[in-house]
Amino acid sequence: MGVMDGSDSDNRSPLNLGGYLAIQWTAVHWVERAMESFGVLLAARIDPYLEAELDRRFKLFRLWESPPAQRREFLRENAEAIRAVVGSPALGADAEMIDLLPRLEIVANFGVGLDKVDLRRCRDRGVRVVYTPDVVTDDTADLAIGLAIAAMRRICDSDRYLKDGSWKGKGDYKLTSKFSGKTVGILGLGRIGQAVAKRAEGFGCPICYCSRSEKRHTSYKYYPSVLELAANCQVLVVACPLTEETRHIINREVIDALGPKGVLVNVGRGPHVDECELVSALHDGRLGAAGLDVFEHEPHVPERLFGLDNVILVPHIGTDTLETSKAMADLILENLEAHVSNRPLPTPVF
Amino acid sequence: MFGLPRSHLMASGSESQGRRGTERPQVLLLRRPLSVLHEALSARFQLLRPWESPVPFDRFLAAHAAGVRALLVTGLTPVDGPLLDALPALRFIVTTSSGVNHIDLAECARRGIAVANAGTIFSLDVAEYAVGLLIDVLRRVSASDRYVRRGLWPRAGDYPLGSKLGSKRVGIVGLGSIGSEIAKRLEAFGCSISYFSRSRKPQVPYTYFPSVGDLAAESNVLVLSCALTKETYHIINRDVMSALGKDGIIINVGRGALVDEAELVKHLMQGEIGGAGLDVFEHEPAVPEELFCMDNVVLSAHFAVHTLEMSSELCQLMIANLNAFFSDRPLLTPVLVRT
Repeated sequence: MGVMDGSDSDNRSPLNLGGYLAIQWTAVHWVERAMESFGVLLAARIDPYLEAELDRRFKLFRLWESPPAQRREFLRENAEAIRAVVGSPALGADAEMIDLLPRLEIVANFGVGLDKVDLRRCRDRGVRVVYTPDVVTDDTADLAIGLAIAAMRRICDSDRYLKDGSWKGKGDYKLTSKFSGKTVGILGLGRIGQAVAKRAEGFGCPICYCSRSEKRHTSYKYYPSVLELAANCQVLVVACPLTEETRHIINREVIDALGPKGVLVNVGRGPHVDECELVSALHDGRLGAAGLDVFEHEPHVPERLFGLDNVILVPHIGTDTLETSKAMADLILENLEAHVSNRPLPTPVF
Repeated sequence: MFGLPRSHLMASGSESQGRRGTERPQVLLLRRPLSVLHEALSARFQLLRPWESPVPFDRFLAAHAAGVRALLVTGLTPVDGPLLDALPALRFIVTTSSGVNHIDLAECARRGIAVANAGTIFSLDVAEYAVGLLIDVLRRVSASDRYVRRGLWPRAGDYPLGSKLGSKRVGIVGLGSIGSEIAKRLEAFGCSISYFSRSRKPQVPYTYFPSVGDLAAESNVLVLSCALTKETYHIINRDVMSALGKDGIIINVGRGALVDEAELVKHLMQGEIGGAGLDVFEHEPAVPEELFCMDNVVLSAHFAVHTLEMSSELCQLMIANLNAFFSDRPLLTPVLVRT
């Protein structure tokens, strides 16, 4: 902002110090007032802390306060005020929303999956996009390993077995399959994929991967196609972005290549997997087991999976810890404040 | 230092009883084992199977087991003085477990009976299971899986938040083979590791605490992976649970009686402890029913060791120990009795 540049350094009299402080106070006060009138649309009830802070710092609009049928009207009525959208994995900023908000300047995505943000439309309109990388990495990778172990060792089903009295009545639970030492194939070796690899290595698991391009800085075995990856690993973890190219990338062929002893773990997006094929494969025994955090039509999960003991079904909890949710919310707030203050954005997509 | 002379480690089998000509040696079983083990044993040994007999157990032993020299124990069946009295020729016991608290080792030593166990072959299976239990408890995997299967996700919305594993301070009670493998794995998740053990281990990079209470006071998570002995019975008592605190998690893959189970149930019911992952219980297969409806508690039927991969390794180890005994060779995984 150039409030105090080097040429003033020889003139540090009390009057100039007072002037400097006055200018700083004015600048801070100006930013605060700018923030209070800065309209932010929260697309979904993502997190109570985030909602409370957005309400406290900005002029908050809650999209869910209008019924879905009247959303367009709601957006039109508030279009003059809304300059930012905070989106979630469930509801982001699609082309229609962006077009209804002529004063939109920035979209802040709660998460790293950007499939619900129309990035091309944002770029065309000059709308900035920010997201929450790094802070989500650990939780997502932890859950991926947790799902792999739970699926192979049947932790959830044995919990049910014990709690419904079967241990006393029917004897010991059956033998299960070990995770340690199995080859883990990672689809997408970004931050999350690398974190999954590091954890799996601690269990003696050899690591291989498929990615858009080979990563020179790792010694993991690279496969140029997901089919080859599936044929050469026992546990396949999906950790890549959802794009047109990766939609249904886990199809029947890949599932069959993974095979009756194979395990699929999805901490990416539901549409990465052809869900109908997955359900059939699990029922038929063509796939050994699966640990699923995401589904094609959340919050709906195919009921045909409910009776299976070789699948773990969790409701998109990849980053759902108190610690990480707060970290993500703080990062969103930091980005929005930086934008209003005309400072560099901490975590831009562009 | 050890109660048995060295010759007993080699399990003196110089008598040729039980191995006349081409007859297979006799091995007594107390319970039906897993079928893969049963088949492997049947092919190599003459098995005495009291459960197949219509006569009561005592009479079976008196009639058939007077000369038996080897006993294979499965399912943690207790081996005590009265049983040993009924087996006067017994010279060797091998158990399919790593833990040996179900065997009266002092009585065995007194009678010159060598004991072997499963050594450390289960360590990786148990270690991975302990990590799986911890992630499940912290991230509510089983609880939210139930939530989904009950159809609640569309009706009741998102599941409540769990707790992050990284940066948790994990205190391991018993840094033996299993404890070390657990520590190594959890480090990769960003946990800090401390431990309590019979003695400090200078070669490990983890912080040592001289008492479990001190360990609990500095930990968010306690993982129990030590043997059950007189000293460690109820080592996790009310004071330790209070020191761990209301957000603390207990993971038990050791033995149920390491924990004062009644106190644990009380603490969980009153919200004075954050959660638990339990593979073992004081009076298996009985499990306190108060735990059944708790979403912060994950339970399993003592099967951290029961993997398909381990079952064939276990068979090989049991057979190798029996063969060693019958051939006067050193046992592969002898249990040494401390005096």
